[in-house]
Amino acid sequence: MTLTFALLAGLVLGGAFAAVTCRNRVHAGLFLAACLVGLALVFLRLGAEFLGFIQILVYVGAVAVLIVFAILLTRDAESPRDRLANAPASGILIALALFALLAWAISTGKFPAAPAETAAVAPALSVKALGDRLFREYVLPLQAVGLLLTAALIGAAVIALPAPKPDPLDDSDASGPAS
Amino acid sequence: MESLDQIFVTAKHAVLGLLPAAWQPWASAVISVGAILAVFPLLFALTTVVERKALGRMQNRPGPNRVGPFGFLQFAADGIKSLTKEDIVPRAADPIVHFLAPLVVVIPPVLAFAVLPVGRHMVALDLPETGLLFFLMVGTAVELGVFMAGWSSHNKYSLLGAMRALAQLLSYEIPLILSAITVVMLSGSLSLVTLVERQAEVHGGFLLGWNLFTPWGLAGALLFFTAAVAEANRSPFDLPEAESEIVAGYFTEYSGFKFALFFLGEYLGLFAISGLGITLFLGGWLPPFSFLGWVPSWIWFFAKLGALMMVFIWLRGTLPRLRMDQLMQFAWQFLLPMSLVNLFVAGLWHFTASWPLLARWLLGAAVLAVPWMLYARGFAARHPRRTYRYVT
Repeated sequence: MTLTFALLAGLVLGGAFAAVTCRNRVHAGLFLAACLVGLALVFLRLGAEFLGFIQILVYVGAVAVLIVFAILLTRDAESPRDRLANAPASGILIALALFALLAWAISTGKFPAAPAETAAVAPALSVKALGDRLFREYVLPLQAVGLLLTAALIGAAVIALPAPKPDPLDDSDASGPAS
Repeated sequence: MESLDQIFVTAKHAVLGLLPAAWQPWASAVISVGAILAVFPLLFALTTVVERKALGRMQNRPGPNRVGPFGFLQFAADGIKSLTKEDIVPRAADPIVHFLAPLVVVIPPVLAFAVLPVGRHMVALDLPETGLLFFLMVGTAVELGVFMAGWSSHNKYSLLGAMRALAQLLSYEIPLILSAITVVMLSGSLSLVTLVERQAEVHGGFLLGWNLFTPWGLAGALLFFTAAVAEANRSPFDLPEAESEIVAGYFTEYSGFKFALFFLGEYLGLFAISGLGITLFLGGWLPPFSFLGWVPSWIWFFAKLGALMMVFIWLRGTLPRLRMDQLMQFAWQFLLPMSLVNLFVAGLWHFTASWPLLARWLLGAAVLAVPWMLYARGFAARHPRRTYRYVT
Protein backbone atom coordinates (compact mmCIF):
# COMPACT_ATOMS: atom_id res chain seq x y z
CA MET A 1 0.00 0.00 0.00
CA THR A 2 1.77 3.07 -1.28
CA LEU A 3 1.26 6.70 -0.40
CA THR A 4 -0.63 7.51 -3.62
CA PHE A 5 -3.00 4.62 -3.07
CA ALA A 6 -3.60 5.75 0.51
CA LEU A 7 -4.35 9.29 -0.65
CA LEU A 8 -6.72 8.09 -3.37
CA ALA A 9 -8.45 5.69 -0.99
CA GLY A 10 -8.86 8.59 1.44
CA LEU A 11 -10.42 10.70 -1.33
CA VAL A 12 -12.81 7.94 -2.38
CA LEU A 13 -13.85 6.91 1.14
CA GLY A 14 -14.01 10.47 2.45
CA GLY A 15 -16.06 11.59 -0.54
CA ALA A 16 -18.42 8.66 -0.21
CA PHE A 17 -18.84 9.17 3.53
CA ALA A 18 -19.46 12.89 3.11
CA ALA A 19 -21.91 12.18 0.29
CA VAL A 20 -24.13 10.06 2.52
CA THR A 21 -23.88 12.19 5.65
CA CYS A 22 -24.06 15.72 4.22
CA ARG A 23 -27.28 17.49 5.11
CA ASN A 24 -27.11 19.73 2.06
CA ARG A 25 -28.10 17.78 -1.02
CA VAL A 26 -25.98 19.79 -3.43
CA HIS A 27 -22.92 19.34 -1.23
CA ALA A 28 -23.66 15.62 -1.15
CA GLY A 29 -23.82 15.56 -4.95
CA LEU A 30 -20.50 17.40 -5.24
CA PHE A 31 -18.85 15.05 -2.74
CA LEU A 32 -20.14 12.13 -4.79
CA ALA A 33 -18.47 13.69 -7.85
CA ALA A 34 -15.20 13.96 -5.88
CA CYS A 35 -15.52 10.30 -4.86
CA LEU A 36 -16.04 9.26 -8.49
CA VAL A 37 -13.02 11.29 -9.60
CA GLY A 38 -11.01 9.44 -6.95
CA LEU A 39 -12.19 6.11 -8.37
CA ALA A 40 -11.13 7.21 -11.84
CA LEU A 41 -7.70 8.08 -10.47
CA VAL A 42 -7.44 4.59 -8.97
CA PHE A 43 -8.16 3.16 -12.42
CA LEU A 44 -5.51 5.40 -13.95
CA ARG A 45 -3.01 4.35 -11.34
CA LEU A 46 -3.63 0.71 -12.28
CA GLY A 47 -2.86 1.55 -15.91
CA ALA A 48 -6.48 1.32 -17.11
CA GLU A 49 -6.43 4.59 -19.04
CA PHE A 50 -9.56 3.96 -21.05
CA LEU A 51 -11.59 2.89 -18.05
CA GLY A 52 -10.43 5.86 -15.97
CA PHE A 53 -11.34 8.43 -18.62
CA ILE A 54 -14.68 6.75 -19.31
CA GLN A 55 -15.36 6.77 -15.57
CA ILE A 56 -15.00 10.55 -15.44
CA LEU A 57 -16.78 11.09 -18.77
CA VAL A 58 -19.82 9.03 -17.78
CA TYR A 59 -20.04 9.30 -14.01
CA VAL A 60 -18.79 12.83 -13.38
CA GLY A 61 -19.76 14.36 -16.71
CA ALA A 62 -23.19 12.82 -17.01
CA VAL A 63 -24.38 11.08 -13.83
CA ALA A 64 -23.18 13.62 -11.27
CA VAL A 65 -24.31 16.51 -13.46
CA LEU A 66 -27.74 14.93 -13.87
CA ILE A 67 -27.97 14.38 -10.12
CA VAL A 68 -27.28 18.05 -9.34
CA PHE A 69 -29.60 19.06 -12.18
CA ALA A 70 -32.37 16.99 -10.62
CA ILE A 71 -31.65 18.65 -7.27
CA LEU A 72 -32.00 22.05 -8.92
CA LEU A 73 -35.41 21.11 -10.28
CA THR A 74 -36.75 19.99 -6.89
CA ARG A 75 -38.01 22.51 -4.43
CA ASP A 76 -36.04 21.89 -1.26
CA ALA A 77 -32.50 21.94 -2.50
CA GLU A 78 -30.99 23.24 0.69
CA SER A 79 -33.09 22.19 3.65
CA PRO A 80 -33.73 18.49 3.64
CA ARG A 81 -35.90 17.58 6.57
CA ASP A 82 -34.99 13.95 6.97
CA ARG A 83 -31.46 13.05 7.80
CA LEU A 84 -31.48 9.47 6.60
CA ALA A 85 -33.91 7.69 4.36
CA ASN A 86 -37.19 6.65 5.92
CA ALA A 87 -36.12 3.07 6.46
CA PRO A 88 -32.47 2.95 7.52
CA ALA A 89 -32.61 -0.74 8.40
CA SER A 90 -33.53 -1.92 4.91
CA GLY A 91 -30.93 0.43 3.41
CA ILE A 92 -28.20 -1.03 5.60
CA LEU A 93 -29.37 -4.53 4.72
CA ILE A 94 -29.24 -3.83 0.98
CA ALA A 95 -25.80 -2.24 1.31
CA LEU A 96 -24.47 -5.25 3.25
CA ALA A 97 -25.94 -7.69 0.73
CA LEU A 98 -24.36 -5.78 -2.17
CA PHE A 99 -21.04 -5.66 -0.35
CA ALA A 100 -21.16 -9.40 0.30
CA LEU A 101 -21.97 -10.11 -3.34
CA LEU A 102 -19.11 -7.94 -4.59
CA ALA A 103 -16.67 -9.36 -2.07
CA TRP A 104 -17.66 -12.89 -3.08
CA ALA A 105 -17.26 -12.07 -6.77
CA ILE A 106 -13.86 -10.46 -6.29
CA SER A 107 -12.48 -13.15 -3.98
CA THR A 108 -13.56 -16.07 -6.18
CA GLY A 109 -13.03 -14.48 -9.58
CA LYS A 110 -9.86 -15.20 -11.54
CA PHE A 111 -8.02 -12.30 -13.13
CA PRO A 112 -5.87 -13.51 -16.02
CA ALA A 113 -3.50 -10.55 -16.03
CA ALA A 114 -3.12 -9.13 -12.56
CA PRO A 115 -1.26 -5.82 -12.94
CA ALA A 116 2.04 -5.30 -11.21
CA GLU A 117 1.73 -3.59 -7.86
CA THR A 118 4.27 -0.86 -8.42
CA ALA A 119 4.51 1.34 -11.48
CA ALA A 120 1.82 2.16 -14.01
CA VAL A 121 1.91 -0.70 -16.47
CA ALA A 122 0.93 -0.45 -20.12
CA PRO A 123 -2.75 -1.26 -20.66
CA ALA A 124 -3.03 -4.99 -21.13
CA LEU A 125 -6.10 -4.56 -23.31
CA SER A 126 -6.10 -1.94 -26.06
CA VAL A 127 -9.20 0.11 -26.79
CA LYS A 128 -9.54 -1.70 -30.10
CA ALA A 129 -9.52 -5.11 -28.41
CA LEU A 130 -12.02 -3.83 -25.88
CA GLY A 131 -14.37 -2.71 -28.65
CA ASP A 132 -13.94 -6.04 -30.43
CA ARG A 133 -14.87 -7.99 -27.33
CA LEU A 134 -17.79 -5.69 -26.55
CA PHE A 135 -19.35 -5.86 -30.00
CA ARG A 136 -18.62 -9.52 -30.79
CA GLU A 137 -18.50 -11.67 -27.68
CA TYR A 138 -20.66 -9.53 -25.40
CA VAL A 139 -22.97 -8.01 -27.96
CA LEU A 140 -26.08 -9.61 -26.44
CA PRO A 141 -25.56 -8.22 -22.91
CA LEU A 142 -24.73 -4.87 -24.50
CA GLN A 143 -28.00 -4.85 -26.43
CA ALA A 144 -29.88 -5.91 -23.31
CA VAL A 145 -28.43 -2.96 -21.39
CA GLY A 146 -29.33 -0.69 -24.29
CA LEU A 147 -32.91 -1.97 -24.24
CA LEU A 148 -33.14 -1.42 -20.51
CA LEU A 149 -31.89 2.15 -20.80
CA THR A 150 -34.26 2.87 -23.67
CA ALA A 151 -37.17 1.56 -21.63
CA ALA A 152 -36.11 3.79 -18.73
CA LEU A 153 -35.88 6.76 -21.09
CA ILE A 154 -39.34 6.15 -22.51
CA GLY A 155 -40.73 5.76 -19.00
CA ALA A 156 -39.18 9.05 -17.93
CA ALA A 157 -40.60 10.77 -21.00
CA VAL A 158 -44.06 9.39 -20.29
CA ILE A 159 -43.91 10.61 -16.69
CA ALA A 160 -42.72 14.02 -17.83
CA LEU A 161 -45.43 14.43 -20.48
CA PRO A 162 -47.66 17.40 -19.68
CA ALA A 163 -51.16 16.58 -18.51
CA PRO A 164 -53.72 16.82 -21.31
CA LYS A 165 -55.04 20.35 -21.54
CA PRO A 166 -58.77 20.88 -20.98
CA ASP A 167 -60.62 21.32 -24.23
CA PRO A 168 -61.28 25.07 -24.65
CA LEU A 169 -64.55 24.33 -26.45
CA ASP A 170 -65.81 22.18 -23.60
CA ASP A 171 -68.51 24.23 -21.85
CA SER A 172 -68.53 22.17 -18.68
CA ASP A 173 -65.03 23.44 -17.76
CA ALA A 174 -65.57 27.01 -16.64
CA SER A 175 -61.99 27.62 -15.54
CA GLY A 176 -60.56 26.89 -19.01
CA PRO A 177 -58.91 29.62 -21.05
CA ALA A 178 -61.41 32.02 -22.51
CA SER A 179 -59.90 32.14 -25.97
CA MET B 1 12.55 25.63 -43.56
CA GLU B 2 12.72 22.36 -41.69
CA SER B 3 14.58 24.17 -38.92
CA LEU B 4 11.95 26.91 -38.67
CA ASP B 5 9.21 24.30 -38.52
CA GLN B 6 10.88 22.56 -35.58
CA ILE B 7 12.35 25.67 -33.94
CA PHE B 8 10.41 25.26 -30.69
CA VAL B 9 11.13 21.54 -30.47
CA THR B 10 14.88 22.03 -31.01
CA ALA B 11 14.90 24.90 -28.50
CA LYS B 12 13.27 22.68 -25.90
CA HIS B 13 15.73 19.87 -26.54
CA ALA B 14 18.64 22.32 -26.29
CA VAL B 15 17.43 23.46 -22.87
CA LEU B 16 16.88 19.87 -21.75
CA GLY B 17 20.42 18.97 -22.85
CA LEU B 18 21.82 21.43 -20.33
CA LEU B 19 20.15 19.66 -17.40
CA PRO B 20 21.13 16.42 -15.63
CA ALA B 21 19.35 13.35 -16.93
CA ALA B 22 17.35 12.80 -13.75
CA TRP B 23 15.66 16.19 -14.11
CA GLN B 24 14.81 15.86 -17.77
CA PRO B 25 11.32 14.31 -17.59
CA TRP B 26 10.23 16.92 -15.08
CA ALA B 27 11.88 19.78 -16.95
CA SER B 28 10.28 18.61 -20.20
CA ALA B 29 6.83 18.70 -18.62
CA VAL B 30 7.47 22.09 -17.01
CA ILE B 31 8.60 23.61 -20.31
CA SER B 32 5.59 22.23 -22.22
CA VAL B 33 3.13 23.37 -19.57
CA GLY B 34 4.84 26.77 -19.38
CA ALA B 35 4.48 27.20 -23.13
CA ILE B 36 0.77 26.34 -22.99
CA LEU B 37 0.21 28.68 -20.04
CA ALA B 38 2.03 31.50 -21.83
CA VAL B 39 0.57 31.16 -25.33
CA PHE B 40 -3.14 30.54 -24.84
CA PRO B 41 -3.89 33.19 -22.17
CA LEU B 42 -2.00 35.70 -24.32
CA LEU B 43 -4.12 34.62 -27.25
CA PHE B 44 -7.15 35.17 -25.02
CA ALA B 45 -6.01 38.73 -24.26
CA LEU B 46 -5.51 39.52 -27.93
CA THR B 47 -8.80 37.89 -28.91
CA THR B 48 -10.80 40.02 -26.47
CA VAL B 49 -9.38 43.20 -28.02
CA VAL B 50 -9.87 41.97 -31.58
CA GLU B 51 -13.40 40.87 -30.72
CA ARG B 52 -14.33 44.25 -29.26
CA LYS B 53 -12.82 46.06 -32.22
CA ALA B 54 -14.58 43.82 -34.75
CA LEU B 55 -17.93 43.97 -32.95
CA GLY B 56 -17.52 47.74 -32.79
CA ARG B 57 -16.92 47.87 -36.51
CA MET B 58 -20.01 45.75 -37.15
CA GLN B 59 -22.11 48.02 -34.94
CA ASN B 60 -20.76 51.27 -36.41
CA ARG B 61 -18.76 52.38 -33.39
CA PRO B 62 -15.01 52.60 -32.84
CA GLY B 63 -14.59 50.02 -30.06
CA PRO B 64 -11.73 50.39 -27.56
CA ASN B 65 -9.35 53.04 -28.87
CA ARG B 66 -7.72 54.76 -25.86
CA VAL B 67 -5.06 52.43 -24.39
CA GLY B 68 -1.99 51.92 -26.54
CA PRO B 69 -1.87 52.01 -30.34
CA PHE B 70 -5.45 51.69 -31.71
CA GLY B 71 -6.57 50.53 -28.27
CA PHE B 72 -4.66 47.26 -28.54
CA LEU B 73 -3.38 47.40 -24.96
CA GLN B 74 -6.92 47.45 -23.60
CA PHE B 75 -6.50 43.89 -22.28
CA ALA B 76 -3.67 45.03 -19.96
CA ALA B 77 -5.84 47.80 -18.53
CA ASP B 78 -8.72 45.36 -18.06
CA GLY B 79 -6.46 42.82 -16.38
CA ILE B 80 -5.07 45.35 -13.91
CA LYS B 81 -8.56 46.66 -13.23
CA SER B 82 -9.95 43.21 -12.44
CA LEU B 83 -6.95 42.42 -10.21
CA THR B 84 -7.43 45.56 -8.10
CA LYS B 85 -11.20 45.33 -7.81
CA GLU B 86 -12.80 44.27 -4.56
CA ASP B 87 -13.76 40.62 -4.37
CA ILE B 88 -17.40 40.61 -3.27
CA VAL B 89 -18.96 37.40 -1.96
CA PRO B 90 -22.69 37.60 -1.21
CA ARG B 91 -23.55 36.97 2.44
CA ALA B 92 -26.00 34.22 1.52
CA ALA B 93 -23.53 32.51 -0.80
CA ASP B 94 -21.99 29.16 -0.05
CA PRO B 95 -18.41 30.35 0.49
CA ILE B 96 -16.43 27.21 -0.36
CA VAL B 97 -18.36 26.23 -3.46
CA HIS B 98 -18.43 29.88 -4.53
CA PHE B 99 -14.65 30.02 -4.24
CA LEU B 100 -14.01 26.70 -6.02
CA ALA B 101 -16.30 27.30 -9.00
CA PRO B 102 -14.01 29.62 -11.02
CA LEU B 103 -11.14 27.16 -10.58
CA VAL B 104 -13.26 24.24 -11.79
CA VAL B 105 -14.19 26.31 -14.82
CA VAL B 106 -10.63 27.38 -15.73
CA ILE B 107 -8.55 24.25 -15.07
CA PRO B 108 -10.21 21.76 -17.51
CA PRO B 109 -9.63 23.78 -20.71
CA VAL B 110 -5.99 24.26 -19.71
CA LEU B 111 -5.68 20.48 -19.27
CA ALA B 112 -7.27 19.93 -22.66
CA PHE B 113 -4.46 21.79 -24.41
CA ALA B 114 -2.07 19.09 -23.20
CA VAL B 115 -3.22 16.59 -25.85
CA LEU B 116 -3.73 19.11 -28.64
CA PRO B 117 -1.02 18.93 -31.33
CA VAL B 118 -0.28 22.55 -32.29
CA GLY B 119 2.49 21.63 -34.74
CA ARG B 120 4.57 18.74 -36.02
CA HIS B 121 6.01 17.01 -32.91
CA MET B 122 4.49 19.80 -30.82
CA VAL B 123 2.19 18.11 -28.33
CA ALA B 124 2.70 18.14 -24.60
CA LEU B 125 1.18 14.71 -23.96
CA ASP B 126 0.51 12.20 -26.71
CA LEU B 127 -1.90 9.56 -25.46
CA PRO B 128 -1.82 6.98 -28.27
CA GLU B 129 -4.79 5.02 -26.95
CA THR B 130 -7.05 7.64 -25.44
CA GLY B 131 -6.13 11.16 -26.63
CA LEU B 132 -9.58 12.21 -27.82
CA LEU B 133 -11.20 10.60 -24.81
CA PHE B 134 -9.00 12.65 -22.49
CA PHE B 135 -10.07 15.80 -24.28
CA LEU B 136 -13.77 14.99 -24.02
CA MET B 137 -13.33 13.95 -20.40
CA VAL B 138 -11.86 17.24 -19.26
CA GLY B 139 -14.54 19.08 -21.22
CA THR B 140 -17.27 17.56 -19.08
CA ALA B 141 -15.80 18.92 -15.86
CA VAL B 142 -16.74 22.46 -16.91
CA GLU B 143 -20.43 21.63 -16.52
CA LEU B 144 -19.95 20.94 -12.84
CA GLY B 145 -18.08 24.23 -12.39
CA VAL B 146 -20.85 26.20 -14.05
CA PHE B 147 -23.41 24.54 -11.84
CA MET B 148 -21.33 25.23 -8.72
CA ALA B 149 -21.08 28.92 -9.66
CA GLY B 150 -24.78 29.29 -10.32
CA TRP B 151 -25.98 27.40 -7.30
CA SER B 152 -23.54 28.76 -4.72
CA SER B 153 -24.32 32.40 -5.57
CA HIS B 154 -27.77 32.06 -4.02
CA ASN B 155 -29.31 34.31 -6.61
CA LYS B 156 -32.23 33.39 -8.80
CA TYR B 157 -30.63 34.75 -11.95
CA SER B 158 -27.50 32.72 -11.28
CA LEU B 159 -29.58 29.61 -10.64
CA LEU B 160 -31.54 30.15 -13.85
CA GLY B 161 -28.29 30.62 -15.73
CA ALA B 162 -26.85 27.43 -14.25
CA MET B 163 -29.95 25.44 -15.16
CA ARG B 164 -29.87 26.75 -18.69
CA ALA B 165 -26.15 26.05 -18.91
CA LEU B 166 -26.51 22.46 -17.70
CA ALA B 167 -29.38 21.70 -20.07
CA GLN B 168 -27.51 23.25 -22.96
CA LEU B 169 -24.13 21.65 -22.28
CA LEU B 170 -25.62 18.19 -21.80
CA SER B 171 -27.72 18.44 -24.96
CA TYR B 172 -25.03 19.77 -27.27
CA GLU B 173 -22.39 17.37 -26.01
CA ILE B 174 -24.13 14.47 -27.77
CA PRO B 175 -23.99 15.83 -31.35
CA LEU B 176 -20.47 17.09 -30.62
CA ILE B 177 -19.19 13.65 -29.63
CA LEU B 178 -21.17 11.85 -32.34
CA SER B 179 -19.71 14.05 -35.07
CA ALA B 180 -16.21 13.60 -33.64
CA ILE B 181 -16.70 9.82 -33.62
CA THR B 182 -16.98 9.73 -37.43
CA VAL B 183 -13.33 10.77 -37.67
CA VAL B 184 -12.33 8.09 -35.18
CA MET B 185 -14.30 5.50 -37.17
CA LEU B 186 -12.54 6.33 -40.42
CA SER B 187 -9.05 6.83 -38.98
CA GLY B 188 -9.16 3.97 -36.50
CA SER B 189 -7.31 5.85 -33.80
CA LEU B 190 -8.04 7.91 -30.72
CA SER B 191 -4.68 9.68 -30.69
CA LEU B 192 -5.00 13.26 -31.89
CA VAL B 193 -1.50 13.12 -33.39
CA THR B 194 -2.39 10.07 -35.48
CA LEU B 195 -5.67 11.67 -36.55
CA VAL B 196 -3.71 14.59 -38.01
CA GLU B 197 -1.18 12.32 -39.70
CA ARG B 198 -3.95 10.34 -41.39
CA GLN B 199 -5.01 13.53 -43.18
CA ALA B 200 -1.57 14.08 -44.74
CA GLU B 201 -2.31 11.98 -47.82
CA VAL B 202 -2.09 14.09 -51.02
CA HIS B 203 -4.92 13.82 -53.58
CA GLY B 204 -4.67 14.90 -57.20
CA GLY B 205 -1.11 16.08 -56.78
CA PHE B 206 -1.87 19.13 -54.67
CA LEU B 207 -4.89 18.78 -52.35
CA LEU B 208 -4.34 17.29 -48.91
CA GLY B 209 -6.73 14.69 -47.52
CA TRP B 210 -8.36 16.82 -44.84
CA ASN B 211 -11.44 15.18 -43.45
CA LEU B 212 -13.31 18.33 -44.44
CA PHE B 213 -13.03 17.28 -48.10
CA THR B 214 -15.34 14.27 -47.68
CA PRO B 215 -19.15 14.32 -47.41
CA TRP B 216 -19.16 13.04 -43.84
CA GLY B 217 -16.31 15.36 -42.94
CA LEU B 218 -18.05 18.43 -44.31
CA ALA B 219 -21.31 17.63 -42.56
CA GLY B 220 -19.40 16.54 -39.45
CA ALA B 221 -17.43 19.77 -39.34
CA LEU B 222 -20.59 21.87 -39.65
CA LEU B 223 -22.32 19.85 -36.93
CA PHE B 224 -19.22 19.87 -34.77
CA PHE B 225 -18.67 23.62 -34.93
CA THR B 226 -22.34 24.36 -34.35
CA ALA B 227 -22.26 22.21 -31.24
CA ALA B 228 -18.89 23.69 -30.28
CA VAL B 229 -20.29 27.23 -30.30
CA ALA B 230 -23.01 26.03 -27.96
CA GLU B 231 -20.54 24.16 -25.73
CA ALA B 232 -18.44 27.30 -25.45
CA ASN B 233 -21.49 29.40 -24.47
CA ARG B 234 -20.96 31.72 -27.40
CA SER B 235 -23.59 33.82 -29.07
CA PRO B 236 -26.10 32.86 -30.52
CA PHE B 237 -26.15 30.10 -27.88
CA ASP B 238 -25.19 32.31 -24.91
CA LEU B 239 -28.42 31.83 -23.02
CA PRO B 240 -26.69 30.87 -19.77
CA GLU B 241 -25.29 34.40 -19.60
CA ALA B 242 -27.92 36.36 -21.53
CA GLU B 243 -27.03 39.71 -19.98
CA SER B 244 -30.24 41.32 -21.23
CA GLU B 245 -32.57 38.88 -19.45
CA ILE B 246 -30.78 37.14 -16.57
CA VAL B 247 -27.89 39.60 -15.95
CA ALA B 248 -24.87 37.48 -16.89
CA GLY B 249 -26.43 34.30 -15.52
CA TYR B 250 -24.28 31.99 -13.48
CA PHE B 251 -21.52 34.54 -12.81
CA THR B 252 -23.73 37.45 -11.82
CA GLU B 253 -22.42 37.33 -8.25
CA TYR B 254 -18.75 37.26 -9.16
CA SER B 255 -16.54 40.31 -9.22
CA GLY B 256 -12.94 41.25 -9.76
CA PHE B 257 -10.53 38.53 -10.66
CA LYS B 258 -12.99 35.66 -10.22
CA PHE B 259 -15.14 37.24 -12.89
CA ALA B 260 -12.07 37.52 -15.10
CA LEU B 261 -11.40 33.81 -14.49
CA PHE B 262 -14.83 32.90 -15.86
CA PHE B 263 -14.11 35.04 -18.87
CA LEU B 264 -10.72 33.37 -19.29
CA GLY B 265 -12.19 29.89 -18.88
CA GLU B 266 -14.82 30.56 -21.50
CA TYR B 267 -12.29 31.73 -24.07
CA LEU B 268 -9.83 28.94 -23.27
CA GLY B 269 -12.68 26.48 -23.75
CA LEU B 270 -13.45 28.06 -27.09
CA PHE B 271 -9.80 27.81 -28.16
CA ALA B 272 -9.58 24.21 -27.01
CA ILE B 273 -12.72 23.05 -28.77
CA SER B 274 -11.80 24.98 -31.93
CA GLY B 275 -8.37 23.35 -31.77
CA LEU B 276 -10.07 19.96 -31.54
CA GLY B 277 -12.24 20.81 -34.54
CA ILE B 278 -9.13 21.86 -36.48
CA THR B 279 -7.42 18.61 -35.52
CA LEU B 280 -10.39 16.45 -36.46
CA PHE B 281 -11.64 18.08 -39.65
CA LEU B 282 -9.38 20.89 -40.82
CA GLY B 283 -6.15 18.95 -41.05
CA GLY B 284 -4.58 20.04 -37.77
CA TRP B 285 -1.20 21.57 -38.48
CA LEU B 286 -1.21 20.45 -42.13
CA PRO B 287 -1.37 22.95 -44.99
CA PRO B 288 -4.35 22.75 -47.38
CA PHE B 289 -2.17 22.35 -50.49
CA SER B 290 1.00 20.34 -50.77
CA PHE B 291 2.91 23.22 -52.42
CA LEU B 292 2.39 25.27 -49.25
CA GLY B 293 4.28 22.71 -47.21
CA TRP B 294 7.19 25.10 -46.62
CA VAL B 295 5.16 27.20 -44.17
CA PRO B 296 5.89 26.00 -40.60
CA SER B 297 3.26 23.67 -39.17
CA TRP B 298 2.55 25.74 -36.05
CA ILE B 299 1.76 28.77 -38.23
CA TRP B 300 -0.93 26.71 -39.97
CA PHE B 301 -2.51 25.66 -36.70
CA PHE B 302 -2.64 29.16 -35.26
CA ALA B 303 -3.74 30.67 -38.58
CA LYS B 304 -6.68 28.25 -38.65
CA LEU B 305 -7.44 29.04 -35.01
CA GLY B 306 -7.39 32.77 -35.75
CA ALA B 307 -9.64 32.34 -38.77
CA LEU B 308 -12.13 30.33 -36.70
CA MET B 309 -12.08 33.02 -34.00
CA MET B 310 -12.96 35.62 -36.61
CA VAL B 311 -15.87 33.44 -37.76
CA PHE B 312 -17.11 33.15 -34.17
CA ILE B 313 -16.84 36.92 -33.66
CA TRP B 314 -18.68 37.44 -36.92
CA LEU B 315 -21.44 35.06 -35.77
CA ARG B 316 -21.72 36.93 -32.49
CA GLY B 317 -22.09 40.22 -34.31
CA THR B 318 -24.67 38.81 -36.71
CA LEU B 319 -27.06 36.35 -35.10
CA PRO B 320 -29.68 37.11 -32.44
CA ARG B 321 -29.85 34.92 -29.36
CA LEU B 322 -32.06 31.83 -29.51
CA ARG B 323 -34.96 31.18 -27.19
CA MET B 324 -34.59 28.32 -24.69
CA ASP B 325 -37.13 26.02 -26.36
CA GLN B 326 -35.63 26.73 -29.79
CA LEU B 327 -32.21 25.87 -28.37
CA MET B 328 -33.34 22.50 -27.05
CA GLN B 329 -35.38 21.73 -30.15
CA PHE B 330 -32.41 22.51 -32.38
CA ALA B 331 -30.14 20.15 -30.45
CA TRP B 332 -32.49 17.19 -30.10
CA GLN B 333 -34.59 17.42 -33.22
CA PHE B 334 -32.05 18.60 -35.76
CA LEU B 335 -28.41 18.17 -34.68
CA LEU B 336 -28.83 14.75 -33.07
CA PRO B 337 -30.65 13.04 -35.99
CA MET B 338 -28.33 14.67 -38.50
CA SER B 339 -25.25 13.47 -36.63
CA LEU B 340 -26.68 9.94 -36.58
CA VAL B 341 -27.22 10.14 -40.34
CA ASN B 342 -23.67 11.40 -40.65
CA LEU B 343 -22.44 8.40 -38.69
CA PHE B 344 -24.17 6.18 -41.24
CA VAL B 345 -22.57 8.11 -44.12
CA ALA B 346 -19.16 7.62 -42.54
CA GLY B 347 -19.85 3.88 -42.49
CA LEU B 348 -20.86 3.99 -46.17
CA TRP B 349 -17.64 5.85 -46.98
CA HIS B 350 -15.67 3.13 -45.26
CA PHE B 351 -17.36 0.27 -47.11
CA THR B 352 -17.31 1.92 -50.55
CA ALA B 353 -13.55 2.46 -50.47
CA SER B 354 -13.10 0.67 -53.80
CA TRP B 355 -15.62 2.85 -55.66
CA PRO B 356 -14.60 5.80 -57.87
CA LEU B 357 -14.33 9.01 -55.88
CA LEU B 358 -17.18 10.82 -57.64
CA ALA B 359 -19.64 7.98 -57.02
CA ARG B 360 -18.70 7.85 -53.32
CA TRP B 361 -19.10 11.57 -53.04
CA LEU B 362 -22.49 11.62 -54.75
CA LEU B 363 -23.79 8.73 -52.65
CA GLY B 364 -22.60 10.30 -49.38
CA ALA B 365 -23.90 13.73 -50.28
CA ALA B 366 -27.27 12.31 -51.32
CA VAL B 367 -27.68 10.29 -48.12
CA LEU B 368 -26.94 13.45 -46.15
CA ALA B 369 -28.93 15.90 -48.24
CA VAL B 370 -32.23 14.02 -48.41
CA PRO B 371 -32.88 13.82 -44.64
CA TRP B 372 -31.65 17.37 -44.31
CA MET B 373 -34.16 18.64 -46.85
CA LEU B 374 -36.93 16.62 -45.20
CA TYR B 375 -36.02 18.03 -41.79
CA ALA B 376 -35.94 21.53 -43.15
CA ARG B 377 -39.37 21.03 -44.72
CA GLY B 378 -40.76 19.54 -41.52
CA PHE B 379 -39.39 22.44 -39.52
CA ALA B 380 -40.89 24.96 -41.88
CA ALA B 381 -44.26 23.19 -41.68
CA ARG B 382 -44.26 23.07 -37.90
CA HIS B 383 -43.01 26.60 -37.39
CA PRO B 384 -44.78 28.96 -39.77
CA ARG B 385 -43.10 32.27 -40.32
CA ARG B 386 -44.25 34.75 -37.73
CA THR B 387 -45.95 37.92 -38.75
CA TYR B 388 -45.62 40.97 -36.58
CA ARG B 389 -48.13 43.75 -36.47
CA TYR B 390 -46.76 47.19 -35.87
CA VAL B 391 -48.67 50.30 -34.96
CA THR B 392 -48.26 52.63 -37.88
